[in-house]
Formats: sequence, structure tokens, C-alpha cells
Amino acid sequence: MQKRKRKQPWTTNRNTRIMPIEPPKRYRDLPSPTAAHDSGISRRSFLRASAGLAASVAGIAAALTPLRDLDEFPSVEEFLQKHYKELGKEEMDEVLDRISGEVERQYGIRPHLRDLKPMNGVEFVYALNLTRCIGCRKCVHACVAENNQSRSPEIQYIRVLKMPNGTLDVERSQHDYAPATVPEKGFYYMPVQCHQCKNPPCVKVCPVKATWQEADGITVIDYNWCIGCRYCEAACPYWARRFNFAKPSIPKEKINPNMSYLGNRPRPKGVVEKCHFCIQRTRAGKYPACLEVCPTGSRKFGNILDPDSEVSYILKNKRVFVLKEEVGTSPRFFYYFDI
Amino acid sequence: MRAVRNYLVFLIRSINQAFIGDWRYYLWIGFLAIWCLLGLNAYAKQYVHGLAITGMSDQVSWGVYIANFTFLVGVAAAAVMLVIPVYIYKNEELHDLVIFGELLAVAAIIMCLMFVGVDLGRPDRFWHALPGLGEFNFPGSVMSWDVIVLNGYLLLNIHICGYLLYSRYSNRKPAKWFYIPFVFIGIFWAISIHTVTAFLYVGLGGRPFWNSAIVGPRFIASAFTAGPAIIILALQVIRRVTDYHVPDRALLTLRSIVQVSMLINVFLLVNEVFKEFYTGNLHVASAKYLFLGLHGHSGLVPWIWTAIACNLVAMTILVLPVSKSLRWLDLACVLAIVGIWIEKGMGLIIPGFIPTPLGEIIEYTPTVNETLISFGIWAFGLLCYTLFLRMSVPILQGKICKANENGSDESESDQELRGVVMH
Ligand code: SF4
Ligand code: SF4
Repeated sequence: MQKRKRKQPWTTNRNTRIMPIEPPKRYRDLPSPTAAHDSGISRRSFLRASAGLAASVAGIAAALTPLRDLDEFPSVEEFLQKHYKELGKEEMDEVLDRISGEVERQYGIRPHLRDLKPMNGVEFVYALNLTRCIGCRKCVHACVAENNQSRSPEIQYIRVLKMPNGTLDVERSQHDYAPATVPEKGFYYMPVQCHQCKNPPCVKVCPVKATWQEADGITVIDYNWCIGCRYCEAACPYWARRFNFAKPSIPKEKINPNMSYLGNRPRPKGVVEKCHFCIQRTRAGKYPACLEVCPTGSRKFGNILDPDSEVSYILKNKRVFVLKEEVGTSPRFFYYFDI
Repeated sequence: MRAVRNYLVFLIRSINQAFIGDWRYYLWIGFLAIWCLLGLNAYAKQYVHGLAITGMSDQVSWGVYIANFTFLVGVAAAAVMLVIPVYIYKNEELHDLVIFGELLAVAAIIMCLMFVGVDLGRPDRFWHALPGLGEFNFPGSVMSWDVIVLNGYLLLNIHICGYLLYSRYSNRKPAKWFYIPFVFIGIFWAISIHTVTAFLYVGLGGRPFWNSAIVGPRFIASAFTAGPAIIILALQVIRRVTDYHVPDRALLTLRSIVQVSMLINVFLLVNEVFKEFYTGNLHVASAKYLFLGLHGHSGLVPWIWTAIACNLVAMTILVLPVSKSLRWLDLACVLAIVGIWIEKGMGLIIPGFIPTPLGEIIEYTPTVNETLISFGIWAFGLLCYTLFLRMSVPILQGKICKANENGSDESESDQELRGVVMH
């Protein structure tokens, strides 16, 4: 019997049905479906079910009460907005108009919001002179002001590392040194920001193509497409990406109205952002804000495709290196020494 | 038409079944429901205030959500550890139990998807990740692979369980061609969900702690330990609270699976620890932080040593003959589950971020809100699994079947619904 049963498993239940197994004593009270249901039990179970349903609805409603504090909900247009690369000219104009309106409503100032495109024959690179940098962090704050970064919580794109002389190992760096004492003897300073890699892992890993590399070498983010999974943040070897954990807050008078869609327009909560070489300035022929503010002239920026540019000269003639060359990202951000 | 009608009646009766039970059953369901609501409430708060109310930061940008996700992918994958003996080695003892394993996989995948969901900064934009509708970065992003394999695995398991249960319900022999191919696809698929999830981390060159070939195999080994361990415990519960007969032999078969996997798991751990510490190159920082603490920061040290202790004790019990007694086996399973949860969750995800690629050390501790959300999801998963079992056990026993559809056992609502369906 046992054996046959095991060989034809699908027939065993037939036997079971003919000879129902008696439930163990202590579970007899469990209403099993084969036990006859008189209408009383049905009514009772109906009542019980409705009471259960009512309780769950009330419970869910109570659980959701924090949603009352929700101040912003994406509009239909925002919700349905297509990916940046799929927006036609007119659609883009509508989007820019809508976002300008949002900025105006929130900050009381009508921004000059554009969607600047890469220029032909331009590939940007950055070069940073480690001999000169004194670690004053002026670039950090100029960047925050230029790029409408959240002030509370404060988001900064540039991190200046204080490095002991004699090593390039970032694990020996200090991040929170006191700026009044710079430069200190025995240390050099290494600012790090997005390296605009030629082979960017952040772009590779994004599941929704919300971040990509543009023709001029800038890796950009469509803040209206990012789903906030932070995979790119984990992938970046230079810790260049920042996430808007909370709704960014910027004082009205601090808003920089010169904005670009892929650049410094105010970001919503829940998306990533990072340095974009001041796209709103550099694509209009200006230098990045961090370069302009640097008191030591350590920062050099330009078009690598132009053989006469300053950066071309530096790359050809100076002792240049890139950070973490071994990870194979081919940065467009170079460090060099003067001597 | 008739087939649709039959299927609907089957569904309605099963769902109806899920709401019938004794006071213990209602107590358990109520208990889980309360945790679900607490979790929902916590999530509503997170939705309003953003992920700022979690312990995560730009330095440690993934936390317990992704840790739980990683662990649960393993649990889901382990359902195959029941399938393999049944379909490859023809171990019929486990035949029905396969369904319990696969239902567990379904519940685990539901939890996985929820954990990923609560981790998103913009859940309202989830449609951007839908193939066809949004922009799906396939095959470039490992995460898009993960979306495919997880959802595929969910569908596979729903199909297999649903079909087998429905066949049993209608008292028909299931057509082999309609499920056996899926069973075999499922075996490879289960390995793939785990491998792909490992590759999520392994593929990041900037994170040396993850960027190691052993992570994939370790994932599989630990999954095949924790998963069957959970199934052992689930089967014991089933055996106690229902009159469904679970043979001891089935539990012992699972025991040998857990035994071997645990040995391999610990072996791989030793390999990894050796490689990290003996070479002593620069990339040892994360491992040092995890095992010994780094520059005075040692948040994870108690965790990982607890995990190692759990794993070692579990391994010892499992290799000794005492674990043939169910009480010891239960203990070993609980220890293995705890140990692997820590090791895979806190022990794998968090140290990957510490120190950051720029050498900064910021520690991570989950907040209360984050923990409530995690508990809520676990409660929801357990609730799903409980309801699935409540529906399937009577069907497997033949207590609910097509033959007694019109019998006196039918409740009023059943009849009403039937009326609706027929018109
Ligand atoms: S530095 Fe980081 S964020 Fe910038 S392009 Fe490279 S990988 Fe991406
Ligand atoms: S956080 Fe945004 S940009 Fe980064 S990988 Fe996720 S969706 Fe892409």
C-alpha cells in the first residue's frame, strides 16, 4: 500500500477523500470546510468577514494619515513626462515652461531656464594643480551657490581631501579639517568631484537610463527620470554622486536664476545629482564657478579637442595622473604637479 | 467558458478558505496585520519626508532594505532545493512539499519586490523601469537583469503551484508537458536570480569589498543553507497546526541539504577571510572594518561575530548525529537563518560602503522608522505565506475539491458568487 501510494502520488488524494483523516483532537474545533455549514455559521462567518474588512479599512486609513502632510504631488504632466532624449523641441519647451512656473511658484523668481546642447567639436576636461591647491574650500561653496544645491541638508559636489605628503592613498585622507589653518605643513590638498569618466560605471548601472554621457563628455542626469535607486551612487569610484534624501531647501534670495535643464535647476526630493561641469555656464562659453573662484589658479578647464587650449598644453607637458586609474574609468579630470 | 468558470470557482473557494480558521489562526493573522499596518504607517512617513528618515546617507547609500532584499532572494532561490530531489532524484516523499517550497518562494519574491520598492527615492516613477513603457537599460544594467529574473521567477512559481493545486482540486493528473518543463526552467532560473543579484554587487569595480569572484558562489551556498532551513521550520509549523502529514524523512532530506550547504558556506567564508587578511593590501579596509573595526569605528563587529558564532554552532550541530532529532535540527536551523541573515545583510551590504571610495568612515544604524518598514514587509510576507498555506493544505488533502463543489459544505457567498459568474 505504502509503496503503491508513493509511486502514484496523484492518486493518493483520492484515497484520502474516501477515508478522511480525522483531525487531531485539539483541532476539532477548527471549522474545516468539509464540516457541514449551517446557515448560522455562514452568517456568523459573514459577519466576522465584514467586521474584519471594516477593521482593515479603518486600520489602513489610520496608517496612512501621515500622507496628510504631503505638500507636493507630481502633476499629471510631470508624471507622464517622457525621457529627455525622447522629448521633441516643442515638448521640451513645454517642459521648460512648466518647470519655470514651478520654480517661480516656489522661490518667487522667474528663472532663465534653458536646455543648452553640447557644442560641436568640444570635449571638456578639467586639470587640477596639486602643487598650488591650498585646500581653502572656496570652490566647494562657490559650487553650492552656483548650482542651487540644497542648503539644508547641505549638498556639496566637491570634497577636498587633506592628504599627508608621501601618499596617494585616499584612505589616509582627512575630510573634515578646519579651513582656518590651511595650508598645513606636511599635507597637500586634493579636491575630488565628478570626474566625467569616459567609461562611466554610473551610466552603465542605471536601470532606467536616467544618466548618460553627452557628446562634450559631461555625464548628466535627467532629474525628472531618475527613480532614486542609488545604484549609480554605489557604482561611482569617486564618490561623486549625491542623493536628495529630503526635499532640498534653498533660501529664496540664494537662488541662481541662470539655469539649465540638465544642470542646476532645483532638484526634487528623491533623485541623485552631481557635478556637471557647470553645464549652464560652460556650454555658454564660460568657465565653471569653482575655477573662477579659486584664489590660487589651481583649476584649469577647457576643450581637449583644441590643441592650443590650456588643458591640452598641461596634458602634454605636465606630470599628470588620474585618480584610481586601475578601476578603468578613464576620467576627464586630471591632477598634475607643477615641478 | 466552462473552464474559466471552473477556475474562478476554484479561486473563490480557495480565497474563502483563507478566512476560515480557529482563534489561534485569527490571532496570528491579526498579529501580522498589525505589524503590516505599523509598517505601512512608517512608509507613509517615509513617503512624505523622504529617505532622510532612514539611517542611510550619501556615504552608506544602501541599508537594511537592500540587505533584506539580498537575503530574501536567497530564500526564494532555495525553493529549488526541494524541487531537485523530487524531479531529478525522484524522491516522492517531498512531492507535495515542493508546493510549500514554491509558495515560500512566491512570498519571498513579493517581499523582495517590496524591499526594493521602499528603497526607491521616487516610487511614483516605477513605470520608468517597465520594459516597453519606460527606458529599460537592458542588457547594460545588472539591475534590469534582476528585474527580469525576479519577476520571471515569480511567474514561474505562481504557474507551477497554481497549476498543480488546480489539478489536484479538479482531481486530474497534471499534464506533464504543462509543468515539468517549467520545473526544470525553474531550477536554472533559481540559480540565476541569485547569481544576478550577486552580480549587482560584484560588478562594481569601485567597491573592492564586493568586486570579488567569490561573492557569487557564497551567495548560492548561503542561500541553499538559509532557504531549506526556513522550509524545515515552516514544515514543522504546518505539521503542528494542521492535520497535514509531513513525513520525518522529508525533514531529514532537507537536513542533509542544509548540512552540505553550510559546510560549503563556511568553507567559502574562510577562503574570503584568508584572501582579505593574508595579502593585507590596501583593499582590506572594508573587511577590517567588518571583522575588527577600523580607526575606532566598530559598529559591525558584534554583528559579524554573532553571525560567525551562529554559523559555526549550526554547522557543528548539523554535522553531528544529534541533529537527526528534530529539536536540535530546529535549533540549528534558527541559528543558521540568523547567522546568514546577518552575514548577507549587514555583513555584506553595509561594509561595502565603509570606508567610502574617498576613504571616509561614516557608520550606519537603521532608524526606528526604517526598522518598522522592514518588519512590516516581513509581516506582509509571512501573512501571504500563511494565507497561501491555508488555501493549499486542504486542497492537497483533498478536502476541497471539485467533487464537493455543490455539496453541503458550500458557504452562502460561494453560491452567490457562482450565480454571478454563471450569468
Ligand atoms: S566620477 Fe562617478 S559620477 Fe562622475 S562620471 Fe565617473 S562614475 Fe559617474
Ligand atoms: S539613482 Fe537615478 S540615476 Fe542613479 S542609477 Fe538609479 S535611476 Fe539611475
